Amino acid sequence: MNNKNTSRRDFLITTTNAFGIVGVACFAWPFIDQMNPAADMLALAKVDCDLSKITAGQSATLIWRGKPIFVRHRTAQEIEKANLVKLADLPDPEDDSSRAQRPEYLIVVGICTHLGCVPLGQNPNEPKGEYEGWFCPCHGSQYDTSGRIRKGPAPTNLPVPKYRYVSDTVVRIG
Amino acid sequence: MAANFSNSLVRWIDHRLPVFSYLRHAAYDYPTPKNLNYWWNFGSLAGISLAIMIVSGIALAMNYTPHVNHAFDSVERIMRDVNYGWLIRYIHMNGASFFFIVVYIHIFRGVYFGSYKSPRELLWILGVIILLLMMATAFMGYVLPWGQMSFWGATVITNLFSAVPLIGESLVTWLWGGFSIDNPTLNRFFVLHYLFPFIIVSIVLLHIVALHRFGSNNPLGIDIKYPNDTIPFHPYYTIKDAYGLGVFLILFAGVVFFAPNFFGEPDNYIPSNPLSTPLHIVPEWYFLPFYAILRSIPDKLGGVISMFGSIVVLLLLPWLDRSPVRSGHFRGVFKIFFGILLIDIVALGYLGGKPSRGMYVIFSRLATAYYFAYFLVILPVLSKFDSSRLLPKSISTPMPEVNGIE
Repeated sequence: MNNKNTSRRDFLITTTNAFGIVGVACFAWPFIDQMNPAADMLALAKVDCDLSKITAGQSATLIWRGKPIFVRHRTAQEIEKANLVKLADLPDPEDDSSRAQRPEYLIVVGICTHLGCVPLGQNPNEPKGEYEGWFCPCHGSQYDTSGRIRKGPAPTNLPVPKYRYVSDTVVRIG
Repeated sequence: MAANFSNSLVRWIDHRLPVFSYLRHAAYDYPTPKNLNYWWNFGSLAGISLAIMIVSGIALAMNYTPHVNHAFDSVERIMRDVNYGWLIRYIHMNGASFFFIVVYIHIFRGVYFGSYKSPRELLWILGVIILLLMMATAFMGYVLPWGQMSFWGATVITNLFSAVPLIGESLVTWLWGGFSIDNPTLNRFFVLHYLFPFIIVSIVLLHIVALHRFGSNNPLGIDIKYPNDTIPFHPYYTIKDAYGLGVFLILFAGVVFFAPNFFGEPDNYIPSNPLSTPLHIVPEWYFLPFYAILRSIPDKLGGVISMFGSIVVLLLLPWLDRSPVRSGHFRGVFKIFFGILLIDIVALGYLGGKPSRGMYVIFSRLATAYYFAYFLVILPVLSKFDSSRLLPKSISTPMPEVNGIE
């Protein structure tokens, strides 16, 4: 076998293998993607909340994309308390004003950023922790009235979902 | 057999767990007759079809709900909402048809070239068992979308067992888990539909072990005599199989993308209704010849026995055909009857899809009679009288005076 033939065969084998690999990858993608959220799941991505029914000091829990959303109508003291904290004292420094579009309504995803439990504090009879916010019973994380982590193993604040006010009293999450 | 692999990690593993030696032996060095034609592509195509069905089936099972109230809707959700769900379902639906096409060709290649004859009887029997398991799997899979054809197909097929004397009725109740096809039936069919393919995989492995014991048969139907009768499996047959796979995938993709419901019944897009049977119920096309045999016998038990008998004769084939000549190439009279058998089976398929009345019934009976006559009368008689021509001395020794070797 001379040199010319060898390189021609090598070229054919390489091209065949390359096409085979690309083909298998194209075939594999739909089977991977079918495990991603389906269209009906994505269609559930918005939920409205009527704020007029929540009086000051009360909390409501909604479900958005299968997750609990905490809506708290904060009292003036709670807002003040959140604003008085020095940013340097926070494990995950964030201004309260950047966490609530209107200071009286705090809207956060009610899932502890440690390992995904739902913190207590939505019902009046539940413990709110040392900082008057939420207390996670799983591993003892404590959140303040702005939903920021203050103590315990959770690394970050309760996340604020995307939301906007569609009218004076209705907020749309998602 | 000291395997000599260049990669030291492969060598280390192979010394302790000889998977690489086994693979090299089975898919690389495996000495294969050098005269295999394209009919020998269908074995590997069947294996690949099985893999496609398992992969697409697992993806579907992740999105399917086996409950009478949710099954139909969950399939529609797969079609509309799940990412690429329509593609995966169409692959699975049409994959079943292509699997049967490939397997039927594979079987009739074996019937023509005498691949069932000694010493390959068990190889053949394992193949028939795979066919039976495939039929059961396909039938139960067809029930899962819970459309009208699913429901009434399940009703008719399970009622076949009511023909069993004495215990028939209780057998059917046991199959159903109730007094009609209902949620327990759907649930168990889903479980078994998921389980059976893996049993098929294990029997396919035995099929391959049995195949490699004596090696592949070949178009001349004679044993391998000299080393130069064979060539290594790789690269000669890997590339030939890959080429056949390419042709197969073009046809398969053509149906999946351009005619995905070609093989299906529109009635199965109507949710099942236990109070109303569709006017004209037919099984999937791959069951039609057997369905025609069932209907051609004007007796309930007789029809069921004939239908199962049409597969049992395949199990007995190695002992019904006693001719020492394997390949149909060298059996002049056999070729004629084999040709008629192929036409006969296509005719049975056609008749199975037609209403059961008038001329259709008469032709179904004639076709059924020929089917059984071929296996039970013609082959045993031909074994005695078919004067075979001279066989070549070996694969590598051509005999120009022997006609029929192309």
